[in-house]
Amino acid sequence: MTAQHKIHSKDLNLWYGDFHALKDVSIAVRDRMITAIIGPSGCGKSTLLRCFNRMNDLNAAVRVQGGLFLDGQDCYGARLPLTQLRKRVGMVFQRPNPFPLSIFDNVAYGPRVHGVTGKDRLAEIVEQSLASTALWDVLKDRLWEPALDLSAEQQQRLCISRLVAVEPEVLLMDEPCSALDPIATEHIEELMRTLAEKYTIIIVTHNMQQAARISKETGFMLLGELVEFGQTEQVFTNPRDKRTEDYVTGRYG
Amino acid sequence: MTRQAISNPLHADEGADNGAPPPQINAPRHRRQLRIPPDVAQRIVVGGLWAIAMSAVAVLLFIIVFIMVKGLPHVTPEFLLQAPAKGGRLGGVSPMIFGTIAVAGLAVLIAGPIGVITAIYLTEYTRESKLTAFIRFGADCLAGIPSIIFGLFGFVFFADTLGLGISIISGALTLALMVLPTIIRTSEEAIRAVPAAFRDVSFGLGSTRWQMVTRVVLRSALPGIGTGIVLSIGRSISETAALMLTSGMVARHPSSVFDSARTLALHFFTLSREGISMPKAYATAAVLVLAILMINLLAYWFMRRFIARVR
Ligand SMILES: Nc1ncnc2c1ncn2[C@@H]1O[C@H](COP(=O)(O)OP(=O)(O)OP(=O)(O)O)[C@@H](O)[C@H]1O
Ligand SMILES: [Mg+2]
Repeated sequence: MTAQHKIHSKDLNLWYGDFHALKDVSIAVRDRMITAIIGPSGCGKSTLLRCFNRMNDLNAAVRVQGGLFLDGQDCYGARLPLTQLRKRVGMVFQRPNPFPLSIFDNVAYGPRVHGVTGKDRLAEIVEQSLASTALWDVLKDRLWEPALDLSAEQQQRLCISRLVAVEPEVLLMDEPCSALDPIATEHIEELMRTLAEKYTIIIVTHNMQQAARISKETGFMLLGELVEFGQTEQVFTNPRDKRTEDYVTGRYG
Repeated sequence: MTRQAISNPLHADEGADNGAPPPQINAPRHRRQLRIPPDVAQRIVVGGLWAIAMSAVAVLLFIIVFIMVKGLPHVTPEFLLQAPAKGGRLGGVSPMIFGTIAVAGLAVLIAGPIGVITAIYLTEYTRESKLTAFIRFGADCLAGIPSIIFGLFGFVFFADTLGLGISIISGALTLALMVLPTIIRTSEEAIRAVPAAFRDVSFGLGSTRWQMVTRVVLRSALPGIGTGIVLSIGRSISETAALMLTSGMVARHPSSVFDSARTLALHFFTLSREGISMPKAYATAAVLVLAILMINLLAYWFMRRFIARVR
């Protein structure tokens, strides 16, 4: 691992009960750029993503083995409490899922949970977070309206703002555009490019064009294994593994 | 099965027209009579459902109108503000209004928090196990016990063993036990109905479980929890059997929770059963029914407002 690696795993294995869902996954994700994870349905992409902020721990049937490190620090170690890890490594989900609260309260949720109480400070965080997803100008007069009144794209942006508000370092995105139309998808991709200047982004996507468009590095997974990981261009144009080639050229399945 | 056999029911008319016997042994003989065009069937069903629903509403309306017509003329300001005299033949029901609010209010104040906390424990803090199944089973059993048995238990345990006497607090504790299962079960349902995604998001932002419960889950579940509480208030206000032996029948203004107090429902019961005064009995019933209607409407209005604000 070099200094630029934000997150890396070493021989990570995961079981759902008896089902071996991740097999010896070793991946090193670099800081401040977009890394994509692709692969057919059910190959373990979401499972891997959910390892990075230990969301799988919520499922009692899950057993994890192997190493996982954030900035070289053991994610399962005592020095990195779970709530701190999740503050630093946040997640955007497939479906836009704002809380049934006002726009303001949605964005302020994270900071409040982490103990920010001052009204001015909260207002400042909300403004900055909404601005970082280009929502501030549109929504600054509607902060107290229900978040569920927004369009799907705005809701997804709001979810990203809500995440940005806790000042994370890594953004995990699990098919963040799959519930959006092509234009909204384009907008969110644009947003991701901007965010990648400040954050490490890992995106799971079914859309290979999307992976090719926005990511610097790409990992290809199959049946719980990380088959190939490298520069996006290389993975798509000159894959080392036959299985990757079959998948990216559409010959899979 | 052959293709012929599958398509046959569609051609039942042809079979009947040329007098040929149906090819299958178990085909109904008078199929022609059974055929109702779908749009007619649809209308019959809609009409039937409407009629059944309306008859339920009609019964409710009839009871309300009946009690109002008989009772409302006797509900005067004096009736609401005066204490009863001559065993209830004269005067009003003000101590009973007070007693009802005290007993039912206290009961829900006790059972509400315990019930909601139990529901939170069952849904968020423990995995399904023998213990949770047992708690749920216990709650369901409790819900099925006749209220007179609760009354007896309250008398023996709260009034006698714990030495609380025939008092508001004994009655309230007894009622609390009685409505607890309702509160637990409705809260549990409401909490379970909160989308799992909200929990994931909250955890994902680094919240603790307790923060997740109080800031997301309870907020979303509040209308459902409120429904359970309102049901419990209604049940507490209208209870008689469980209170006869616990909060008692003393028709005076109580001065503390350790005093006996007669509720409106028990007052109505006494007036009508002992034939003291039917007009006063109906007036008491009218006050009771109006109170329950008002509580339900208020609760409904609050919840509508709440949902409108957060949705
Ligand atoms: N909670 C769970 N319990 C048991 N098995 C699970 C659970 N979640 C996922 N799995 C299994 O683990 C495997 C990987 O699932 P995962 O959701 O990570 O796949 P994925 O690559 O994200 O698929 P998709 O592209 O459809 O989202 C699948 O075979 C799935 O059936
Ligand atoms: Mg997935």
